[in-house]
Amino acid sequence: MARTDAINSLQTDRSTPGEVAGAAGSGPPGTGMDSRNGPRTAGKPLSWWARARRDKVLLLMALPGLVLLLVFHYLPLLGNLIAFQEYLPFVPFGRSAWVGLDNFAVIFNGDPEFLNALKNTLLITLVQVVFVFPAPIALALMLNSLLSERIKRIVQSVLYLPHFLSWVIVIAIFQQLLGGSGLINNFLRSHGMGTIDFLGNPDGFIALLTSQVIWKDTGWGTILFLAALTQIDPGLYEAARVDGASRWRQLWHVTVPGIRALIILLLILRLGDSLTVGFEQIILQQNLVGRPASEVLDTYVYNNGVLAGQWGVSAAVGLVKGLVAVVLVLGANKIAHIFGEAGVYKK
Amino acid sequence: MSTQTNVYRQKGIDDGPAMSSRVLKTVVLVVCCAVVVIPFLGVISTSIASQEHVTNSGGFVLWPDALNLDAYKSIFNGGVVQRALLVSIVIAAGGTLISLAGSTMLAYSLSRPGSFGQRPILMIVLFSILFSPGLIPNYLVVKQFGLLDSLFALILPTAISGFNVIVLRSFFMGIPESVLDSARIDGAGDFRIFWSIVLPLSRAVLAVVGLFYAVGYWNAFFNAMLYISDTAKWPLQLVLRTYVINNTELSSGDLGGAAADQLPPQESIQMAILVISLVPILIVYPFLQRHFAKGMLTGAVKG
Repeated sequence: MARTDAINSLQTDRSTPGEVAGAAGSGPPGTGMDSRNGPRTAGKPLSWWARARRDKVLLLMALPGLVLLLVFHYLPLLGNLIAFQEYLPFVPFGRSAWVGLDNFAVIFNGDPEFLNALKNTLLITLVQVVFVFPAPIALALMLNSLLSERIKRIVQSVLYLPHFLSWVIVIAIFQQLLGGSGLINNFLRSHGMGTIDFLGNPDGFIALLTSQVIWKDTGWGTILFLAALTQIDPGLYEAARVDGASRWRQLWHVTVPGIRALIILLLILRLGDSLTVGFEQIILQQNLVGRPASEVLDTYVYNNGVLAGQWGVSAAVGLVKGLVAVVLVLGANKIAHIFGEAGVYKK
Repeated sequence: MSTQTNVYRQKGIDDGPAMSSRVLKTVVLVVCCAVVVIPFLGVISTSIASQEHVTNSGGFVLWPDALNLDAYKSIFNGGVVQRALLVSIVIAAGGTLISLAGSTMLAYSLSRPGSFGQRPILMIVLFSILFSPGLIPNYLVVKQFGLLDSLFALILPTAISGFNVIVLRSFFMGIPESVLDSARIDGAGDFRIFWSIVLPLSRAVLAVVGLFYAVGYWNAFFNAMLYISDTAKWPLQLVLRTYVINNTELSSGDLGGAAADQLPPQESIQMAILVISLVPILIVYPFLQRHFAKGMLTGAVKG
């Protein structure tokens, strides 16, 4: 979700600085301010060095944040080099032996554990695109058709809340409901029925994950759709009614086209994240269902790398995963362009 | 806009949705709300119910028979949970401060039109949003800097969110240049302008971004699991995982040495821990909801 916003600000970015700069530079150049303090768009172009000196305070202000980003976002990119090394924790950084593509063998040779993680990841993504993705759309349509603004606001307040809880809390809450001594099993037991193992059942694991994601994020997911729905011209509904369109036909011919661009945008972003499925959520519940049913690519990297010490192999899997994700976003965006949609960014 | 929409939907102008569909809609929404509310109710009830009630109902109470604060007393008797609460507060407060300082300064320097090096720095910020370097390299960097088992490992790697920097930057760019120019004529330098004009004008967005960071720090769990092995430095989320999700029994030693036979039921203590970790979120929630929804939209629906 956050990515959508940032990307959109990138799109709108090109227009805004122009306006601001235009406002700043509207006065005649050289309004008497010296070059150090004057507006940066006024006057004749300065040399590279003069601009750097003029802006040294700004550059100093940018420094702490920039250093944190470089150290913790960009330096780790270099750390991906260990994907090509035989990394051992006690050997100093940079002295590990180079092993070429050996670490990638698990991927190319189809190591069963890796394939299983890949299979689970894709399966979970598929199930979530089918069941999680439409949920906020349906809820938003329902909220949008409510007559009372007050009721709408109350329902929203309740349904947004779980979004702000950590996965630890969400899973703890689910255990209280579905666990062996949870609400539902207590009810079954006290009515003389057999209990159901919701949490430790490998076959039901994907359903469990999916229901947790729906519980946590459906309400919050409606925000974008509700906003898009208010942008639809009410006149279109009126015209459709005059033409005798039923409510369902209005939904199909007015509402759906009105939010189609947003749906496609979010689908593209979701597709780019195909290989990333609820890492914290799964790692917290993995010991209950076991690894075969619950291992996904991210947990594979963690379990094999940090826990089992296969640093190089895990880094290799992580690296390939990252690269594939980039390709997926670009590819999905390309497809959107072909179908005449704006996609994530414009050409 | 919305009132206009409602006029069209009133009876008489439009025949309105059929009775059956209205009933269906109400039922679905009531069920949705119940599914969210009932678990919270149960968690709070279990944490304050009497010992017999918890035992009789198998460990989870939907409506308490009494107001029994023993579970909370045992937690605040010193011990693991109290310590973790303190750690979490320190991380959330300190982290938010560091994040806000770094992000606002970075955003301000990116918001001045035509400043030196703006394009490349902006690109660095934007690309940090689009990819994540991966778990193993992150771990190695934190380890290389000697941050393992340090609370800074829970703050510095996530201190700057490119997204928040962009939000702040857009807001700063909306401040009229004339306001800043007048200060500049009075001889104020860039930092002075930032500190005494831009920041006071941006209180609302600072509060929103600050809360964004604070909630993130409060909820963070995995970094602590990865980087912190010293249990004395565990934040609340990790304690929650160990004693609630993994169901490790809280001994009297973990609870500041209360006599073992006087301990409230484990379920009540567990739910009390859960409530404690929920309370800060619930306190800031009304604010979060109002402003976050707005913030989401200013960024997103333009396109």
